Amino acid sequence: MMAAKPTKPEEEEPVTASQLAQKTPRPSATTARPPEVSAHARSGESASTGASAGAPGSSASPASPAVVRMEARNLDFFYGPAQALYQISLPIERNAVTALIGPSGCGKSTFLRCLNRMNDIIPKSRVVGTVTLDGVDIYGGEVDVVDLRRRVGMVFQKSNPFPKSIYENVAYGLRINRIGRRSQIAERVEKALREAALWDEVKDRLDAPGMGLSGGQQQRLCIARALAIEPEVILMDEPASALDPIATQKVEDLIYQLKSSYTIVIVTHNMQQAARVSDYTAFFMLGKLVEFDRTVKIFTNPGKAITEDYITGRFG
Amino acid sequence: MLRKRGDDGAFRIWTGLFALLVAVIVLGIGFELWRHSRLPIEKFGFGFWTGTDWDPVQEEFGALPFIWGTLYSSLIAIVLATPIALGIAIYIVEIAPSGLRKPLAFLTELLASIPSIVYGLWGIFFLVPFVRAIETAVAGTPLHRLPLFSGPPYGIGMLAAGLILTIMVTPFISSVAREVLRAVPMAQREAAYALGATRWEAIKVALRFGRTGIFGAVVLGLGRAIGETMAVTMLIGNNPQVSTSLFAPQYSMAAVIANEFSEASGDVYLGALFEIGLVLFVITLLINTASRLLIWSTARAPSRRPAPVKPAAAEAA
Amino acid sequence: MTARGSAARRRLVSSIMTGACACAVVVALVPLGLVLAYIASKGIGSLDLAFFTQLPKPHGETGGGMANAIVGSLKLIGLASALAVPVGVLSGIYIAEYPGSPLASIGRLAADVLNGIPSIVVGIFAYGLVVLPMRRFSAIAGAVALAIMMVPIVTRSTEELIKLVPASLREAGLALGATRARVTFGIILPAAFPGILTGILVAVSRIAGETAPLLFTAFNNQFWSPGIDQPTASLTVQIYSYAISPYDDLHRQAWAGAFVLVVMVLTISMLARLATRRLERMRIG
Repeated sequence: MMAAKPTKPEEEEPVTASQLAQKTPRPSATTARPPEVSAHARSGESASTGASAGAPGSSASPASPAVVRMEARNLDFFYGPAQALYQISLPIERNAVTALIGPSGCGKSTFLRCLNRMNDIIPKSRVVGTVTLDGVDIYGGEVDVVDLRRRVGMVFQKSNPFPKSIYENVAYGLRINRIGRRSQIAERVEKALREAALWDEVKDRLDAPGMGLSGGQQQRLCIARALAIEPEVILMDEPASALDPIATQKVEDLIYQLKSSYTIVIVTHNMQQAARVSDYTAFFMLGKLVEFDRTVKIFTNPGKAITEDYITGRFG
Repeated sequence: MLRKRGDDGAFRIWTGLFALLVAVIVLGIGFELWRHSRLPIEKFGFGFWTGTDWDPVQEEFGALPFIWGTLYSSLIAIVLATPIALGIAIYIVEIAPSGLRKPLAFLTELLASIPSIVYGLWGIFFLVPFVRAIETAVAGTPLHRLPLFSGPPYGIGMLAAGLILTIMVTPFISSVAREVLRAVPMAQREAAYALGATRWEAIKVALRFGRTGIFGAVVLGLGRAIGETMAVTMLIGNNPQVSTSLFAPQYSMAAVIANEFSEASGDVYLGALFEIGLVLFVITLLINTASRLLIWSTARAPSRRPAPVKPAAAEAA
Repeated sequence: MTARGSAARRRLVSSIMTGACACAVVVALVPLGLVLAYIASKGIGSLDLAFFTQLPKPHGETGGGMANAIVGSLKLIGLASALAVPVGVLSGIYIAEYPGSPLASIGRLAADVLNGIPSIVVGIFAYGLVVLPMRRFSAIAGAVALAIMMVPIVTRSTEELIKLVPASLREAGLALGATRARVTFGIILPAAFPGILTGILVAVSRIAGETAPLLFTAFNNQFWSPGIDQPTASLTVQIYSYAISPYDDLHRQAWAGAFVLVVMVLTISMLARLATRRLERMRIG
C-alpha cells in the first residue's frame, strides 16, 4: 500500500473540490428540476457550526481544518493493475452528512472503503495519495489500522449481524477493544441501542439472536454495533437500500439525529435520499469526482451538465 | 406418430432399479451382519460387550477391550488432529497468499490419498522405533509412574496407533473445515474488521459462524478413525486388554476382525466377529449421519426465526 | 493515533495465532514428507526386474517378486469397475433425472451411507455374500467388495455432473421427439462424460489402495490365479503379509510393493485430474 507523504494542513489551503469543478451557468430554460430539498439539508447549513465556514451560498466547501474532519487529497486507487479512483480530493466536514452519489460502478463505495482502510483486506489493492483524519494521513506509517477503524466506523449495505445475541452483537466492538468493565459495557450497549432507535423494541429480549430480527431492525442493530465504540466518523454504504420504505424512513431519521454527534459519510444510489439527508454531496462518475458542493446547490443549481443529467434521472 | 409412453417408463424403471439396488446393498449389509451375529447375540446377550476376556479357545468372548481400544485410539487422534486440521484450514482459507492456496490444498489432499497399508508399513519401520525412543525417554522420568505412561516401552501400542490415526484423519477434517470456512460470508469478517478487529479476531468471527459445520468435520474425522483398519492393526499391538496406558499394546474392533476373521473356527467365533462388525457398522452409520447433518446446516443460510413481536412494534420495520 | 497498549497486545496475539496456523501446516506436511521420502528411498532401492516378473518364492527363500500380485490387483480393479460403473452411473442418472421422487432421496442417502462404511465391514459382508456360498475365496468376491466401495463415489459424481448439464440441452432433445433414454444416453451422458470419468478414476484410486476388504474375499495366492473363482493375490494384501512377516527380504519386497502402490494410486489421481481438463478442452476448443 503506497501513500504519499502527508502535507501539513496549516501550510496550505486544502484544495476544495468545488474549486476544481467548472461552473458553467445554466440557461434557465433547462433548469434542473431537483427533488424536494427537505428541511434536513437546509437546516444542515446552520448545523455545521463553529468556525466561519466557507461563504454560505454557492461555493460551499469548508476551508478551515477545524471544520474538516477527514480529507482525501489526490487519491488514486488501484485493484491490481486497474485504476478505480482518479485523483479524488474531497473534504468531509465535521458533524455534517456528506453523501456520495453516482451511477453503479462509479467508485463511490470504493472511496468510502478507503476512508477506513477496509480496502486493505483486498489483496492487490493499492492507494496513492493521502486521506487524513484530523490532519494525520491514515495511510501513513504511524497509524494503527485497528485504532483507525475504531474511530471511523462502518455500516454495510446488507446488514451483517453476528450469530450472537442482540446484546453480544452490540458489545462485540467494546469487548475486542477492551473498552469498559462489565457494568460499563451494559450501559454503553443500552446507550448505543437508544441512539440507534432500537432500544424500545429489543430491551426485553437482549438475549435473543440478532439474526432473528427483521431486516430494518437488523440494520439498526448494525448501526448500534458501530455506535457502541463511539467512533468519530460513521461511514454508511447504502444503509437503506435493502430496506422497505418505512424502515428506510427510520434509518434516515436516525442519520439526521446522529449528525450532531458524529460525522457521517453516506453512499447512496437514491438521489432523493441524498437530497433529504445530506449537507454536502459529491457526485462520482467512472472513478472521478465530477462535482462536490452543498447539497442544496447540487440539487437546485448544479455546476455541471452531467451532474444535472444524473440528478434528473437522464441516466444511471 | 405418437411415442409409446412405455419407452420413458422403461427408462425410469430400469434406472430406478439401480438406485434401489444401492439402497438394497446398504440394507443387505446390515441384514447380513445381523444374521451372522444371531448366534453370539443369543448366547451372550449384552454381556458380550462388558466382558474383558477374549479367549476363543475357551469360547470366552468379551469384547470390551475392542471398544475400549477403538475409542481410546480414536480419541487420541481427534484430540491431536483437530487443532492441526483447523490450523491448516484457517491458514489456507484466511491467511495464505493466494498463490499458496492451491498447492497447500493439493498437498493436504495428498496426505489423504496415501493408502492405509502404506501408512502401516511406514508406521512399523519408522514411527514405532520413534515412539519407542520417546517411551524409553519417558520411562526414565517420574512421569512413568502415572498410569498414562506406565508399562514397558514397546513402541507398538496405543500411542503409535493414536499417532498414525492422527496423521490419517487430519486431512479429512481439514478439507471439510476448509469448505465450511469458505462458505462463511465475507460480510461477517468485514463487520468485524470495520469495528477494529485484528486479523485473528476476524478469523474467530468466521470460526464462530461456521462452528456447526466445523464440529461436523471433527465428527466426520472421528468416524474415519473408528473404521480405520490396516494401519491400526499393524501398530496397536493386538493385545485384548483394557489399559489406560499409552504404552500398552491394545486392540481395536477393526483390528480384531482383520486379524482373526480368516482363522475363526466355529460358528460362535465367527459370529462374534460378525457381531463386532455389526456394531462397527452401526456406530459409523450414526456418526456419519450426525456429521452430515451438522455440515449441511451451515451450507444453508442462517434462517431468520421470526421473533415474538408486540402489535405496536409490528409497525417498527 | 498511535497504537495503544491493549491494541498492541491484540495485534501480538493475532500474529502469534496466525503463526500457529502456519505451524500447523508445517506439522502436517512433515509426516507427508517423511512418508513419501521413506517410501521412495526404501522402495526404489528394493525394486528390481524380478519384482515385476517373478512369483513369490516360498517362505524363507530370498528373491522372487510380486508379478502375480500386480496382475491380481489389476484384475480386481478391472472386475470391480465392471460391476460398479454400471450400477453407479445408472443409479446416478435416476437420482439426477427424477430428483423429487422418494426413490431418489433414498438412493442418495444410501450412497452417502455406503460411503462411510468401514472397508473391513464391507469385506466381511462380501465374505458372507459370496465366499460362503461359493465355499472358496475368489477374485469375484474381492471384486464385489471393492465394487461396493466404488459405487457411492460413482453415483455421486454422476448425479452432480448430470445436474451440471444445462437443462436446455435436455429440452432441445426432447423437443425433437427423442425418447428420454436417447436424450440421456445420447446427449447428456456424453456432455457429462469427462466429469463422470473423473469420478470413476477417483473411485478407482480409492480402492486401489484398499487392503481390508480383500483379506477374506480374494484372500491371497502365491501363484497365478486364472479365471475369477480362485483366491487371488493383490498388491496390498501381499505388502501386508510381507510387512508382518519376520523376514528381512520380504520386508524389502514390501517396500518395493508400497512404492509401486503409491505411484499407482497417485498416477490414477493425476490422470483423473488431467482427464477432466483435456476432455473439457476438446469439447470447448
